[in-house]
Amino acid sequence: MPFQSDRRTGAALNTNVFAPWEDPQAKPLIQFQNVTKRFGGFTAIDNLSLDIFEQEFFALLGPSGCGKTTMMRMLAGFEKPTEGHIMLGGQDIDPIPPNKRAVNMMFQSYALFPHLSIWENIAFGLRRDNMPKRYLEDRVEEMLRLTRLEQFARRKPHQISGGQRQRVALARSLAKAPKLLLLDEPLGALDKKLRQDTQFELMDIQEKTGTTFVIVTHDQEEAMTVASRVAVMDQGKLMQVSTPDRIYENPNSVYVADFIGDVNIIEGRATANGDEVYQIDWAEGQSPLTATSSTEFSNGQSCHLAIRPEKVTISADRPADAINAVQGKVLDIAYLGNLSTYYVELPNGTIIKAQSANTRRISRRSFTWEDPVWLSWTATAAVLLAN
Amino acid sequence: MNRLSWFNAVSLTLGFAFLYIPMVILIIFSFNESKLVTVWAGFSTKWYGELAQNEAFLNAAWVTIRVAVFSSTLATVLGTAAAYVLVRGGRFFGRTLFSGMIYAPLVMPEVITGLSLLLLFIGIGLDRGILTIVLAHTTFSMCFVSVVVSSRLVTFDKSLEEAALDLGCSPAQAFRLVTLPIIAPAVISGWLLAFTLSLDDLVIASFTSGPSATTLPIKIFSAVRLGVSPEINALSTIMIAVVTVGVITASLVTKRAMVRQKQDELAAARTE
Repeated sequence: MPFQSDRRTGAALNTNVFAPWEDPQAKPLIQFQNVTKRFGGFTAIDNLSLDIFEQEFFALLGPSGCGKTTMMRMLAGFEKPTEGHIMLGGQDIDPIPPNKRAVNMMFQSYALFPHLSIWENIAFGLRRDNMPKRYLEDRVEEMLRLTRLEQFARRKPHQISGGQRQRVALARSLAKAPKLLLLDEPLGALDKKLRQDTQFELMDIQEKTGTTFVIVTHDQEEAMTVASRVAVMDQGKLMQVSTPDRIYENPNSVYVADFIGDVNIIEGRATANGDEVYQIDWAEGQSPLTATSSTEFSNGQSCHLAIRPEKVTISADRPADAINAVQGKVLDIAYLGNLSTYYVELPNGTIIKAQSANTRRISRRSFTWEDPVWLSWTATAAVLLAN
Repeated sequence: MNRLSWFNAVSLTLGFAFLYIPMVILIIFSFNESKLVTVWAGFSTKWYGELAQNEAFLNAAWVTIRVAVFSSTLATVLGTAAAYVLVRGGRFFGRTLFSGMIYAPLVMPEVITGLSLLLLFIGIGLDRGILTIVLAHTTFSMCFVSVVVSSRLVTFDKSLEEAALDLGCSPAQAFRLVTLPIIAPAVISGWLLAFTLSLDDLVIASFTSGPSATTLPIKIFSAVRLGVSPEINALSTIMIAVVTVGVITASLVTKRAMVRQKQDELAAARTE
């Protein structure tokens, strides 16, 4: 289950929420206006419009080849849109070359200059601006402190570890205090433990510097952890742009529901049954399921019911008050240590995943293979999707 | 350490004997007291002394060095530029044709290169001398530089250049401050290659040199036609010595750099 920092979910307690995307008066820092990018006959970005606001930590998430890296390279200036415009602070940046943009990028390979010391790597961008020597030295020292690299300043990039190189790359791209920092799979080369620590460092640095960050990643957990908003992309289009919790709890399509986290999808036909309540006929001889939805469905419209495994309760007997309950038998159990996922096969062959916390030792587990069980969930647990 | 088997030891000895016996004989006879090249008459360094007095050889050596320095430098600039465009220039019209054409002189018979250059110089009325040899040597050694540099550029991480642009470099600055320092070893070895090619070229130089400028290989070749003198042995020994010192130094430097890099990387991995 993706982890959320309390800085962002704690918003409920704080009336002064950071959510400029909900304020119609707010001016976006970056605007993609009907941007299309083609490489020969291949359309990498397909008529895409998107606003990103100042001080956001914005994640572009999608499988490889979905166009997320192309978006980033267009922001950096290495690619030009075939159609449409990209605005930065209200200015059309299409004709501006990369070296004249107030945008810096942290490369996936880090792209540290191997012939320069860590200190000179960080100073590189500042020297191009002809910054006076004293300010330059102060700025480099500040960046070294920010990324805790003081004792490595005189070393060459090959004399430090992977995690340290990642911090040098970050310090170098932040040194010029860009309006916008682009991060291309910044943590891809680190192992899992280091990656988790570094995610928090990134968030901390983003908050300290107040810089707008746009991060490209294929790791949904990473996007959920660091980002204020996530854009899920597929084949050059935006599938959904929203906060991590809304993407997870209210996906707008089967694609997004399936891409983010684990999900059960049940196909059926919806019939209205009261205000925003629908009955879903999903299998012969099974009683219909009930789900709420604010989106309207016409009677008999085909639909998909998306239910997260952790919202499905598994029990030996039918819970008396359950609105949705189906019976099946345990086909398989995936033991993850803290959690177990039960794969339950229904009489019609459908397999539903149910997840529960392992509050007891494994030897005292209530269910085992082939056990008949009941699965149940509430009317609000599932999301009803048209496509 | 493994002991060599009987068969391998013989193969090794035969191979190296084949390669080095002629040179060893040449070096030995350069210290010959006698004026006759094939008769040993005791140890002496007098031919080295006489060589130092020989105005014609010294002049030819000076011409050769100047030609080699100028032509290899020019070839390095042109060859690096060509390699950069062919590797980095993206897809432009005729790129495949150009990259094929730049390597063609590698396999072109030197006689043909020399003859065509001679015709050109006569055609445009350029007097044959140092300038024409420099131009000719630049022409044929440039493609060697281009091969060496482009093989380095192919493995060069392009995002380093993009990072330089991103941090505010103009494309020219990015080349000067990032690309060039990183590919410098390849550029230097391209220069060394062009330099040695120019030093020992006989065929092309004999087409393009004039009475005012004779290079050392031409001088040696024409002197040998009048009979091999111990002076020439001495001169050749000096050339062998210079080349040997150069090769050993280069390999020691490279090896030390590699060892140090490996140690640094191991040390960095441990601190992780």
